[in-house]
Amino acid sequence: MSAERNRRYLQRRITNYVALTLSMVTMAIGLFWLIWILWTLVARGFSGIRPAVFTQMTPPPGSKGGLLNAIVGSLLMTGVGILIAAPVGILAGTYLAEFGKKSWFAATTRFVNDILLSAPSIIIGLFVYEVIVVRTKHFSGWAGAGALAIIAIPVVVRTTEDMLRLVSTSLREAAAALGAPQWKVVVLVTYRAARAGILTGLLLSIARISGETAPLLFTALNNQFWSGNMNAPIANLPVVIFQFAMSPYEDWQHLAWAGSLLITVSVLLLNVFARVVFRQKKAG
Amino acid sequence: MIHSEELESPAPRLAEAGRPPLAPAPVMAQMSAPKVDGAPRPGAAPHSKIVTRNLEFFYGGHRAVKGIDISVADKLVTAFIGPSGCGKSTLLRTFNRIYELYPGQRAAGEILLDGEDVLSPRVDLNLLRKRVGMVFQTPTPFPMSIHDNIAFGVRLYERLKPSAMDERVEWALRKAALWDEVKDKLKQTGRSLSGGQQQRLCIARAIAVKPEVLLLDEPTSALDPIATAYIEELVHELKKSYTIAIVTHNLQQAARVADFTALLYLGEVVEFNDTYTMFTNPAKKQTEDYITGRFG
Repeated sequence: MSAERNRRYLQRRITNYVALTLSMVTMAIGLFWLIWILWTLVARGFSGIRPAVFTQMTPPPGSKGGLLNAIVGSLLMTGVGILIAAPVGILAGTYLAEFGKKSWFAATTRFVNDILLSAPSIIIGLFVYEVIVVRTKHFSGWAGAGALAIIAIPVVVRTTEDMLRLVSTSLREAAAALGAPQWKVVVLVTYRAARAGILTGLLLSIARISGETAPLLFTALNNQFWSGNMNAPIANLPVVIFQFAMSPYEDWQHLAWAGSLLITVSVLLLNVFARVVFRQKKAG
Repeated sequence: MIHSEELESPAPRLAEAGRPPLAPAPVMAQMSAPKVDGAPRPGAAPHSKIVTRNLEFFYGGHRAVKGIDISVADKLVTAFIGPSGCGKSTLLRTFNRIYELYPGQRAAGEILLDGEDVLSPRVDLNLLRKRVGMVFQTPTPFPMSIHDNIAFGVRLYERLKPSAMDERVEWALRKAALWDEVKDKLKQTGRSLSGGQQQRLCIARAIAVKPEVLLLDEPTSALDPIATAYIEELVHELKKSYTIAIVTHNLQQAARVADFTALLYLGEVVEFNDTYTMFTNPAKKQTEDYITGRFG
């Protein structure tokens, strides 16, 4: 009896050990690539981060320059993109979580949103090219921001709905039991309870669109010069990186590495910031 | 849970157990013979605040409440007891029509609040809920300050100057016996309070809109014994001003706080009487079995 028990215990310990080892190995494989990527970026990009990167325009081949116009263009388009995506996404997510719920319309919206969520970004770039660029007959920052917004909206819709659903029904019942109409319950109680989660979703979608290249190739294109004009082609980091990295010129390649490091670090910081925000609000 | 046939004739089981018909249950031992505040005897029927007539309730196709006729006495405490799933919470949730948040749930029959049918489609739901407040099983402080938790409901109906609002908040917190514990931290979030304090905050929030009826849905089931004692004391105090209906799965609690008690089983009222009679001399065998712990 006791021998049998010991044998089983040993068996369980071995199973446990094997499972633990396997999961550690898979984690190590994942981390390996991530660290390699980060290491390469830091090693190649860090030397390129000079003050000039933030003060000078993208240069012609063979001369010194920076990424100022690309940084500003990226910030502009990401900003406008999220300004479009945030209200649309939050309202749609609110509809799904609070009003539509299980209705066929909500179910269909949810399904379409999931498709949009996984749509290749290049397709969205082509779509905006057809709808805006072809009709206005020129590339523009507005078109780029529109494409980024279309990429961000499904992310915001999804996170908003998920976060609102996490709010306990008893909280909604309590507000309704005081005689609050549904819109007041949502605006004054549910939004507050889900605020940290919705904000996190917004930050993550900013992180997501700030590195998109494909949709900008067809919409904002690029601009070698300083331009804050959203109605004209505008420089942006992802396309500059794409163009400079493919070039044979060493100066350009250095700038591409520096730009890559910039984007990666800012996305990383955004993610960390989002997590900190989420954790703090949850504790409170 | 046992079959209803058994319930109707539980005599053989009692005989087998070899117990006297009225075993002294702990519940009865703690009760003082003359009920607190001299609860009216069935003969001298008190004014009924709420009366239901042939009340039915449906979760989709499932009939959870089956033709209940019951009354909730004005400015007294009425308790609904019974095993899980007997329909006691469902019954309570019809009084303020909170079930209407969920499609597929509906009530039929009549619920008369001061003689007016609550189930009528002409009734303004929000005004009904101002008159009939509710406190839930788990404390539900809103994610805002203690002050704003209470002001939230008041603002739905009244426009008060900040000073008048402060007074109202203090009044409600005093009524809920919470003022002394929170008067120095009204700006802190309601979630920073302990569970028992949170529940008293919810009671204060419900009182602040000046309702006529308070529905308490297992208000102490998530609380420790000391916090529970506080709430029960509070219920005693509050019934001077409000009509109270309380659902509880704790028989001792019903015995301690209620003037009238109804035992529900499978969506029907088994017995409804003043609490003292109910717990000392129940009319039905089934009631006796339940309060002595033989079923449920």
